Amino acid sequence: MDFRRISRRHLLQGSAALTLGSALGISSAAAADTTIGFIYVGSRDDYGYNQAHAQGAAALKKMPGLKVVEEEKVPETDAVEKTIESMINLDGATLLFPTSFGYYSPHMIKMAKKFPKLRFEHCGGLWSDKDPANAGSYFGYIDEAQYISGIVAGYSTKSGKLGFVAAKPIPQVLRNINAFTLGARLANPKATTQVIFTGDWSMPVKEAEATNSLIDQGVDVLTCHVDGPKTMVENAARRGAMVCGYHVNQSPLAPKAYLTGAEWNWEALYPKFVKMIAAGEAIPNFYRGGLKEEIVKCSPYGEAVSAEARKHADDIKAKFLSAEGYTIFKGPIMDNKGKAVITAGTDRGQKDPELEKMDYLVEGVIGATS
Amino acid sequence: MFVALFGKNPLDLYFYMYQGAFGTWFSWQNTLTRAAPLILTALCTALPAQLGMVIIGGEGALLIGALSATSVALAMPWAPPLVVQVAMVCAGVIGGGLWIALSGALRQYRGVNETISSLLLVYIGLAILNHLVEGMMRDPSSLNKPSTREIGAANMIGSIPGTDVHWGLLFGLIAAFASYILIYHTVFGFASRVAGGNIRAAKIVGLGVNKLILTICFLAGGAAGLAGMIEVAAVQGRTNANLAAGYGFTGILVAFLARQNPLAIIPVAILLGGISASGGLLQRRLGLPDASVLVLQGIIFVFVLASDALYGRIGFLKGKT
Amino acid sequence: MADATIGLWTVPLAVFGGAIRVSTPFLFVSLGECITERSGRINLGLEGTLIMGAMSAYGISYLSGSPWLGVLAAGITGALLGALHAGICSLPRVNDIAVGIALMLFGTGLAFYLGKPLIEPTAARLPAIDFGWWSDIPQVRAALRINVLFLIGVAIAPILFWAFRTTRWGLLIRTAGESSDAARAMGYSVLWIRLRATMVGGFLAGIGGSFLSLFYPGSWNEGLSSGQGITAVALVIFARWDPMLCLWASLAFGGAAALGPALQSVGVTSGYHLFNAAPYILTLAIMIITCSPKRTLTGAPAELSITR
Repeated sequence: MDFRRISRRHLLQGSAALTLGSALGISSAAAADTTIGFIYVGSRDDYGYNQAHAQGAAALKKMPGLKVVEEEKVPETDAVEKTIESMINLDGATLLFPTSFGYYSPHMIKMAKKFPKLRFEHCGGLWSDKDPANAGSYFGYIDEAQYISGIVAGYSTKSGKLGFVAAKPIPQVLRNINAFTLGARLANPKATTQVIFTGDWSMPVKEAEATNSLIDQGVDVLTCHVDGPKTMVENAARRGAMVCGYHVNQSPLAPKAYLTGAEWNWEALYPKFVKMIAAGEAIPNFYRGGLKEEIVKCSPYGEAVSAEARKHADDIKAKFLSAEGYTIFKGPIMDNKGKAVITAGTDRGQKDPELEKMDYLVEGVIGATS
Repeated sequence: MFVALFGKNPLDLYFYMYQGAFGTWFSWQNTLTRAAPLILTALCTALPAQLGMVIIGGEGALLIGALSATSVALAMPWAPPLVVQVAMVCAGVIGGGLWIALSGALRQYRGVNETISSLLLVYIGLAILNHLVEGMMRDPSSLNKPSTREIGAANMIGSIPGTDVHWGLLFGLIAAFASYILIYHTVFGFASRVAGGNIRAAKIVGLGVNKLILTICFLAGGAAGLAGMIEVAAVQGRTNANLAAGYGFTGILVAFLARQNPLAIIPVAILLGGISASGGLLQRRLGLPDASVLVLQGIIFVFVLASDALYGRIGFLKGKT
Repeated sequence: MADATIGLWTVPLAVFGGAIRVSTPFLFVSLGECITERSGRINLGLEGTLIMGAMSAYGISYLSGSPWLGVLAAGITGALLGALHAGICSLPRVNDIAVGIALMLFGTGLAFYLGKPLIEPTAARLPAIDFGWWSDIPQVRAALRINVLFLIGVAIAPILFWAFRTTRWGLLIRTAGESSDAARAMGYSVLWIRLRATMVGGFLAGIGGSFLSLFYPGSWNEGLSSGQGITAVALVIFARWDPMLCLWASLAFGGAAALGPALQSVGVTSGYHLFNAAPYILTLAIMIITCSPKRTLTGAPAELSITR
């Protein structure tokens, strides 16, 4: 019946959009209608990692002349290549944000080679000279915010035992665990962090079990690095422990127990990227930043945070923001097996590529990387 | 009707589904690429079904197949690509085959229900894969995504010329046709169907039921293992946790929708590939969450199953039940 | 403050606590499926039912403030999904396993879709009964904070066991499962019996879901179930369609699931993936040891498509 008529109309609209999209190069982008594609590995309202990105995408939607298309739960297989192609071919996307680590190689690289005129910005990847120039990787030094959380946690713990519910022993996670522990030991040199790996990014029952086991061991401040921290936050608060959040601000879940947290600030970064493109500036292929660059931020302090803790944390925060910056991984640092991993006199600043290969846990962490 | 609940125009939805799945040449390729592994994993359920066995462990066989194929490729860096590829196919088939044959053997020799053992073996296979990938077989330079070393670009099997569809599709088609011939046009297949119909009768006429079951399970697991090998050799280039993308589980659905007929598996797999290909477009154009695609899938399958019963058999679903 | 460390005792305690905390959803789903399968149908859709139950319980509890209304809503949702399954399966030549898989997708998708606004808010949770009042050790008290649903589940198991043997309904369900001809000959509608059995099964599975979202882990998110419904269906076969064995199997499974994190917390860290797979390895091992080729699946309903 009138299905055919309608479909033809849509077809015309669709092809019109297509030609429009492909006619727009990147140089002229952002002024006219530019389509930006976001790809998430999980649900975009997971109250965690993907939601942080979706909030960044939402910030772009508010800007004039931009159209944002999103696809969630795209597995890290050739499905993401097809999603990218589909966004380009059918939606006319010219700027793409695949936001999960596993999208990078080989999938996004392959697509960047296939569509050399389009721009790809990947979250978390490690861009190197061998990779195509139209691909870039950006990430935030969220360990800086974890370091602040660690300081607050170090002051807040009574038992001196902190807990960390982590997904997998990979460098990004280990770096957070280490920064958290170093921060805590700044406040309380005797503090230890016990870590439990759940094995995957979203395992609510395992996360709850891990939280309970940690508290059974006497841990009274917990944080985590999994995709959705809600389970840990709620279960820890129920057992009377305090928590530091991750990814987004979870303080509404446990207003009394929530101390502070390490959050992403993609809402600030993504519009910045788009403005850079519009102004004709090149985004560095390897883009990184921390608190100073406003890629990460700390949650506001909860009511349980003492004045002393606030002062110390604010001091360090100010150092991070200052022109000369602040180095977390400053030698000598021993790992928890007694080996010196960073020798005295060596400073590993935030951009040091060695830190992106981290495979150890620092002294004070109870746990092992394998 | 249901779409209206989502507050969207149903016609839009059908249009986008069509456009996303079959509307353009690109969409077709997208669909076919997604269908390729499903054909193979569906065979993992459909072959044992001829014997009256319900195997739902294709995912496990896929993972083990991928793992063995990768190990073999990494163990022979000196060999020319063709040799490596053949070895990978063999390793994938054998790895996956043995994994499901284990279920078959447990059933025959220990009386362990094959449905539950194959499901448990999925989780065990995944744990083994994760353990090896993060431990022994880990490539130290795979930082934030623990993986094995790459098998090397030369050893990748690439795409069918002129398309973006990898050779896995061809493997799938061949495997499906071969299974069809095996089941309906050979003595072995006939024996299997007799055993599937009535084990006691099969024993009375002197069929070696144990051998039948083990062979069929091995072939079934081999098909899923092959799917794993193809994922490694045509897509990922290495083994990591990304391989557990649920192809094995979707394959079960394909097999049941195809009424366990190896030939019917092909169109059903393409249909499912199309639905998942169009799912992305639905999300983007209509702003629907991924979940609504799941709901639609569920409704479509229920509908297909029910209408099949009400109006007799729909053309391509014709099968011997 | 008393010394809060209990060292290595964490492991047995966590396994014990885990057996209670983690097992409840397995228990409810497997008991529900037990009823359904005894009537001669298999409902693989219970994974979807579990998730729908979790979502609707959380939603209703959030909106009404009463977690018990949530539990009821979860049960009703489950029963409706069960009715849908039974309704479609009553059509001729429809495979119940295929319908189950379709409904699993449907239930999961619908729950995710409707559950979007429920991810952030916190709903009223089910209360726990403190059985640890006698102990000074906080860890023991925590492990003994037991939810009423668990107790109900534990109570249902022997009741079902008894009902299958002695009540008219129990016999009818078993007759329908053993031989539909016999049930028909007695003048009962097999489809009607199976419809009810599937609905009751769905009801219980929905309640199992409400435990996930309202007690432990105690919130709604999309990764909540991670295959627990399917595993529970498999546990029924493992338990040979015996409600009491379902209870023990669920407890063992729950305890084994707590083993991985607990071992890590006391410093056993190598191979945590393998420890996390402990429940599956354990189940398989028990099956290999206890099964025998001579008597395959004693207690299996003869009409069940999976064993036929």
